[in-house]
Amino acid sequence: MFAFIISRILQSVPVLLVVALISFAMFAYVGDPVSIMLGQDFTEAQRTALVADLGLDQPFFIQFAKFVGNAVQGEFGLSYRLSRPVAELIAERAPATLELACCAAGVALLVGVPMGVYTGLYPRSLLSRAFLTFSLIGVSLPTFLIGILLILVFAVWLGWLPSFGRGDTVMFGWWSTGFATMSGIKALILPAITLGLFQLTLIMRLVRSEMMEVLRADYIKFARARGLSNRAINFGHALKNTMVPVITVVGLQLGAIIAFAIVTETVFQWPGMGLLFIQSVGSADIPVMAAYLLLIACLFVTINLIVDLLYYAVDPRLRVSRGRGH
Amino acid sequence: MANAFAQLRDSDIWWSFKRSPVTVISAIVALICIVTAVAAPFIAPHNPFDVATLNLLDAFKPPAWIDEGEADYLLGTDDQGRDLLSAILYGARISLFVGISATVFAALVGVSVGLLAGFLGGTVDALLMRIADIQLTFPSILVALLVDGIVRAAVPREVHDQIALFVVVVAIGISEWPKFARPVRGSTMVERNKEYVLAARVIGVSSFRIMTGHVLPNVLGPVLVIATLNLGLAILAEATLSFLGVGVPPTQPSLGTLIRVGNDFLFSGEWWITIFPGVSLVIMVLSVNLLGDWLRDALNPKLR
Amino acid sequence: MRQWIAVALLATLLGSQVASARTVRWAASGDPNTLDPHSQNVGTVAMVLQQIYDTLITRTETLGLAPGLALTWEQAEPNRWRLTLREGVRFHEGEAFTSDDVVFSLTRALAPTSNFGIYVDTIESVREAGPLAVDIITKTPDPILPNKLASVFMMSRSWSERNNAPRPQNTRTREEMFTVRNTNGTGAFRMTVREPDVRTVMARNDAWWGWREATSANANVTEIIFRPIGSDPTRVAALLSGEVDFVLDPPLQDLARLRAAPGIRVLEGPEVRTIFLAFDTFRDELLYSDVRGRNPFRDLRVRHALYHAIDIAAINRTTMRGQSVPTGTLFPPQVNGYVQAEDIRLPLDAARARTLLTEAGYPQGFGITLDCPNNRYINDEQICQAIVAMWARIGVRTQLNSMPLAPYFAKIQRDDTSAYMLGWGVPTLDALYSFQSLVATRNGAQGDGIWNYGRYSNPAMDALIQRMKVESGAARLATIAEALRVVRTDVPVIPLHHQMIPWAMRSNIAIPHMANNQPYFRWARVE
Repeated sequence: MFAFIISRILQSVPVLLVVALISFAMFAYVGDPVSIMLGQDFTEAQRTALVADLGLDQPFFIQFAKFVGNAVQGEFGLSYRLSRPVAELIAERAPATLELACCAAGVALLVGVPMGVYTGLYPRSLLSRAFLTFSLIGVSLPTFLIGILLILVFAVWLGWLPSFGRGDTVMFGWWSTGFATMSGIKALILPAITLGLFQLTLIMRLVRSEMMEVLRADYIKFARARGLSNRAINFGHALKNTMVPVITVVGLQLGAIIAFAIVTETVFQWPGMGLLFIQSVGSADIPVMAAYLLLIACLFVTINLIVDLLYYAVDPRLRVSRGRGH
Repeated sequence: MANAFAQLRDSDIWWSFKRSPVTVISAIVALICIVTAVAAPFIAPHNPFDVATLNLLDAFKPPAWIDEGEADYLLGTDDQGRDLLSAILYGARISLFVGISATVFAALVGVSVGLLAGFLGGTVDALLMRIADIQLTFPSILVALLVDGIVRAAVPREVHDQIALFVVVVAIGISEWPKFARPVRGSTMVERNKEYVLAARVIGVSSFRIMTGHVLPNVLGPVLVIATLNLGLAILAEATLSFLGVGVPPTQPSLGTLIRVGNDFLFSGEWWITIFPGVSLVIMVLSVNLLGDWLRDALNPKLR
Repeated sequence: MRQWIAVALLATLLGSQVASARTVRWAASGDPNTLDPHSQNVGTVAMVLQQIYDTLITRTETLGLAPGLALTWEQAEPNRWRLTLREGVRFHEGEAFTSDDVVFSLTRALAPTSNFGIYVDTIESVREAGPLAVDIITKTPDPILPNKLASVFMMSRSWSERNNAPRPQNTRTREEMFTVRNTNGTGAFRMTVREPDVRTVMARNDAWWGWREATSANANVTEIIFRPIGSDPTRVAALLSGEVDFVLDPPLQDLARLRAAPGIRVLEGPEVRTIFLAFDTFRDELLYSDVRGRNPFRDLRVRHALYHAIDIAAINRTTMRGQSVPTGTLFPPQVNGYVQAEDIRLPLDAARARTLLTEAGYPQGFGITLDCPNNRYINDEQICQAIVAMWARIGVRTQLNSMPLAPYFAKIQRDDTSAYMLGWGVPTLDALYSFQSLVATRNGAQGDGIWNYGRYSNPAMDALIQRMKVESGAARLATIAEALRVVRTDVPVIPLHHQMIPWAMRSNIAIPHMANNQPYFRWARVE
């Protein structure tokens, strides 16, 4: 077990290094921070001095080595755009994104699982067909269009919910939360639905197909033969067995939620990491972009590790051989 | 090939296809999408790429059935006076092209890697599957953003504009290959240890011939299902990239680009500029998804 | 539970109209990237800073000059300006405002890390001439110094030095500077909350000297909450749904809807900013063209042909929805030196354009690339698209290369362009600022031709600009008029229009519309 964890962690290091190289190389040439910082009027001497001070005249690999060295210490330098430590900026935005992502995942789970169970149990009922149609439309609509339509209906036409931002937030230590005020909660609703909709349909379809598959399994037929009630079979055996893959998928999809938050946060002007990332792309703010990508990579590698360990804990077969294909 | 068709006609699949009206309709819609997209240059009433024919005076014309609409512009015009119907036909062509190419690219890479990993096993397998595992946890949109960003950084802008379409194809394709590699590897591993493969090896048939000749046909079904389901995702990924402004170049507007541009006019009353491309995109993706869904259920022996 | 009810009640109250009667919730697309008064010379920074900091000389509603922290100013000698300061002014943190603070602030604006060089470039030194008097010594006689001083904010020396900010924030330093997020001005509002990219809250400074002035007699805003909302539809939705009260930059396409919406008012007015196209007239062969061995843009007939092809009326009506003033000159009427007789466009005439192209040796036209920003000026990309179509009709095959402002400016500032779009605002409201930056030969001297990326060079123009720098009075106006004539006939740039800048707000807000696109909430009234 211990050796397994260690080997997985070791395998992650080169991955992170590659991501670091990519994120650094990618942005080393895009945009030109120098002219952004100098503004409208400058002399050639000012320009040269700034280039030297930023270290932009040094060879690529020296810049990269410095970058990695600093990154390991959580030091990403100063944002070109906001002139503040990048680590501080990201720490400020992280709560917004994490609260949004968790709510979106919550929406997806709380609505998606019951819908999936229902459609799995009664595949031919009218409601199931309605759910399925809805889910298909859900996966066929791009996230940004959903967001804009929700704003149009609920903020502009009906005026029920705010169209942007987080509402009033309350600080708990360094964590700013929107859960403590009414306006904060109201502000969460539309973005969470927008972000969660795709995952919701994904979970619903997954639960449905797992349910249908499990219900055909021999042990269920056996249970029926034993005369167990439908309720006991459906929820005691079938649902329990579909939950393992569902939880894994949700875990893996958390990464997707955080990435798609870029789009949702742009539409709703949600002050999270995704909006920070897009704003940084717009002004070629290399330190912020590099730090964001690295952070996301760390997050995904961690999620992947946890999922691996879960599988390892759940599925005894894996203790003998590697690989986890179905 | 003819043999395959005959097989298909006699199979349960054809039967289940005919039995599902939704599937038949979505197949017809998908077919219409493909045909109109391919034939866009011949059936579109205007050529949206010929800027010399554009006239600003024609801009913001509503659809023909609304008061100020003109019969010449059935679905209205956009902010540059471009005929929206033609723009959608050409845009669908690009969206479909990107979607299909990306999926084919992903399938080619994925199937090759899967075959290789499954057949060779050992370190190669471990390495390839580890890469696939890790990449699978990265959302495809982020991978596509990364790939696009790297290419943007690596090539000069003028070159990038010319190859932008292929960059998007590769970016989306690369982000989806592991979905193909996994099941192919699984089946290959199963097949590899079967007696006929061992026998083929004994009589001196090369590993390559075994893989392509024996293993490949067995994994085609799942690959087809994954490909269909991913086609919808690929088209949406392209639209999202275009929405974020890093997709196909604006000189070759896809449906995603049209939606992004039209989005600015959604509240101002010129709803048709974004709604029609949006509806076209949803219809296209929906029909592809429905087909994929049906295909998965039809090919899954457990659900039959 | 009771706490929860209290919180909920509070939230409802905060969200309602009644409690926010004198609060203005203000939204714009961009957030200031710093609050250091001398670090970034851009409108997004100034729009927040000018609520907090005062200048020696301020602008009136019509952009004239009015006493600010200085009560009087006079050119005592050709090279010396004498200013007398207002008495009894205090900074938000209590320090008294004195002549020493003026010396400090102007010296700070002169520092190498300052981005305000263009406003103080002629200053040799600044001296105290008593506790409430200052002498500014200039290198050469500078008749327009007061115009420039109207853009330089005054800081407290003791506060700045105490907080380790004696020079403007240097984006190169690896430390964060205090002035990036903290302010201490003498202005009408003091900042209470600053969350970059999220919100900036400012509260009324009751001690401000200006509340006694006639212009502020009806002002009653007690709090400003500024929120940046980058997405156009979201910004409009926020105004329509009552979440914000004032939008500085509503998208043009939504104006009709906003005008029709109950309880919302749109204020329209011109901005001192002119949009134009410029060309590489320097290279012997263009970087981005299919013409080999010669540069078509060096031929005046070609520049005239491209000018004749542009249907500015169509752009005005369709692309700008009427929110532009088509122009044939380099700057709008608010700028000192403007001459009506030179503000004449070459007429739309595609046939003439084709003839000119044929005469110039391009009967089949030619191909070029037009570089264009897509998030800098109002509808910039759409304007470029329209022009591409118009040029296509005379046979000039144009590849449009549009990009966000960061890479766009990086590209054109490398002179890596053949044709490009630029919009030029004139904060000094004096013609020299435009001529010097845009059409002077780039010779290394500070300010000359630094935004002339086509490297247009005309000795006659350069001579006129040199005269503009030192002359004054009627002679100077005649020089400017002469330079405008050169611009009109030699076409170093093809002018398009002056931007209009509509502001949208709830109808209970009264605020004067300003051509510098700055909302002065110290003059605003909320009913």
